[in-house]
Amino acid sequence: MELLLHQVLAGLATGGIYACLALALVMIYQAIDHLNFAQGEMAMFSTFIAWQLMELGTPYWVAFVTTLAISFVAGVLIDRVLFRPIHDAPILSHIVVFIALFGILNSLAGFIWDFNVKNFPTPFGSRPLLGSGLISSHDAGMIGVTILLLVFLYVFFRHTRIGLAMRAAAANPQSARLAGIRVGWMIALGWGMAAAIGAVAGMLIAPVVFLEPNMMTSVLLYGFAAAVVGGLTSPGGAVIGGFAVGIIENLAGTFIPYVGRELKLTIALFLIVAVLLVKPSGLFGRRVVSRV
Amino acid sequence: MSALLEIRGLCAFYGRTQVLFGLDLDVAEGGVTTLLGANGAGKTTTLRAVSGMLRTTGDIRFAGERIAGRAIEDIVRLGIAHAPEGRGTFVRQTVEENLQIGAMARNGRAAIAADMERVYGYFPRLKERRHQQAGTLSGGEQQMLAVGRALMLRPRLMLLDEPSFGLAPLIVRELFEIFRVLNRDEKVSMLLVEQNASLALDFAADVYLIETGRLVMTGPAHELRRDETIRRSYLGY
Ligand SMILES: Nc1ncnc2c1ncn2[C@@H]1O[C@H](COP(=O)(O)OP(=O)(O)OP(=O)(O)O)[C@@H](O)[C@H]1O
Ligand SMILES: [Mg+2]
Repeated sequence: MELLLHQVLAGLATGGIYACLALALVMIYQAIDHLNFAQGEMAMFSTFIAWQLMELGTPYWVAFVTTLAISFVAGVLIDRVLFRPIHDAPILSHIVVFIALFGILNSLAGFIWDFNVKNFPTPFGSRPLLGSGLISSHDAGMIGVTILLLVFLYVFFRHTRIGLAMRAAAANPQSARLAGIRVGWMIALGWGMAAAIGAVAGMLIAPVVFLEPNMMTSVLLYGFAAAVVGGLTSPGGAVIGGFAVGIIENLAGTFIPYVGRELKLTIALFLIVAVLLVKPSGLFGRRVVSRV
Repeated sequence: MSALLEIRGLCAFYGRTQVLFGLDLDVAEGGVTTLLGANGAGKTTTLRAVSGMLRTTGDIRFAGERIAGRAIEDIVRLGIAHAPEGRGTFVRQTVEENLQIGAMARNGRAAIAADMERVYGYFPRLKERRHQQAGTLSGGEQQMLAVGRALMLRPRLMLLDEPSFGLAPLIVRELFEIFRVLNRDEKVSMLLVEQNASLALDFAADVYLIETGRLVMTGPAHELRRDETIRRSYLGY
């Protein structure tokens, strides 16, 4: 029982990271109808920037916030420079640009910071929380930051004008433009926010997986699984999918014989394939009641 | 006096296909103009051209300013509200959010809230359904919402693409009564596209008749009502 609870809590902690990445994926998917394969590499690069800032003596939270700002601007630029020009181009063009972005960020990080594994600090400490063996303080911090982020995003999208404008732009671009919404800028804003959310995920997971250019590969796979489970069109679904995938991953790794640490990644792939086969729209995608 | 909307020699294209061929059309300040024509004549295309939604040549002026070639979002900000064909509903957003979206080009919380109440005053049905997902509204209710969204801009000119489409006769009469009030009391000018020609000819002051993208007849509504061709082709008597 203790072990079960422990694994569920640990699953929630990593699940929060998957939820963030899934959310970033869904945001860009809603805006441009394509999956951002480079989301993980963008998060990795952001994490290196944070690391570099701290190496230069910046305190953790200052580096954290600065990295968010830099990532946001970079996300906006990636949209304006790389993706806006190919907005109407076929899907293959998008895939090529995503792969290029992936490759460039990955090798650029390797070139600047080399491929050696680095330690990334945690501001929460890694001792067990409150002396109990249930959850480490970093895991608890991870859950806390994720929840703060999710609440912020919820309020932003539900209760602000610009949040509504972004939702309108994603839902019906033509009609949104007729209402005066600058759809192009809303998409860029979505990219900026996705990049910043990814940065949060990267900085939180880095103390666990350690910092190196390939750190996000498997994490992103789980993020994909979460987004697919939730249905690519539903932010709420992506969040639930993220936590679910985190918990399933941990429980399966612990309780199913033979899965263990090594085969855990297979679970993500299995989830993706299973959901796509059984319910391609995901568990929460397009549950809207609509009439023709 | 020059017109509020002045279109001269307008040609419009979908990709390489030309759909409008040198159209001239005016909407007077405070006036109502209707555009008639068979299916596929280019009525919707004309409205889209004014809103900047497609490639055009020729001249479009609004309040004396050249607007051809500007971005849709900038044209909206001049006070041109377009209630499009197909209604353009944001189906996953609530009725109230749809109305807020209509006011995105404006500022001023209080004024926007007041206009929301004004729209609810015109369409009590929308008020009852304010928290409902707009995709669940009936076709007629969505049509009201499209007009409501356009009103939220506080427009100087409304482009109305078949506002009576799919509405029951009684609702159509109410809707056009609202248009009359808007036109008379708030001086909103209108460019109206209608399948229901008799309705349009009753309401509008000026009429333009187009066929396959070309102007074939224009004049005051009270004169064209008596015209043989119009009567036979569009009024059916
Ligand atoms: N998106 C498009 N791409 C290519 N051609 C189009 C497009 N939209 C309309 N057309 C063509 O342009 C012509 C005019 O269409 P338009 O929609 O303006 O007609 P309309 O007068 O509004 O007709 P209706 O009364 O049926 O609404 C038609 O021949 C149509 O086939
Ligand atoms: Mg039409």
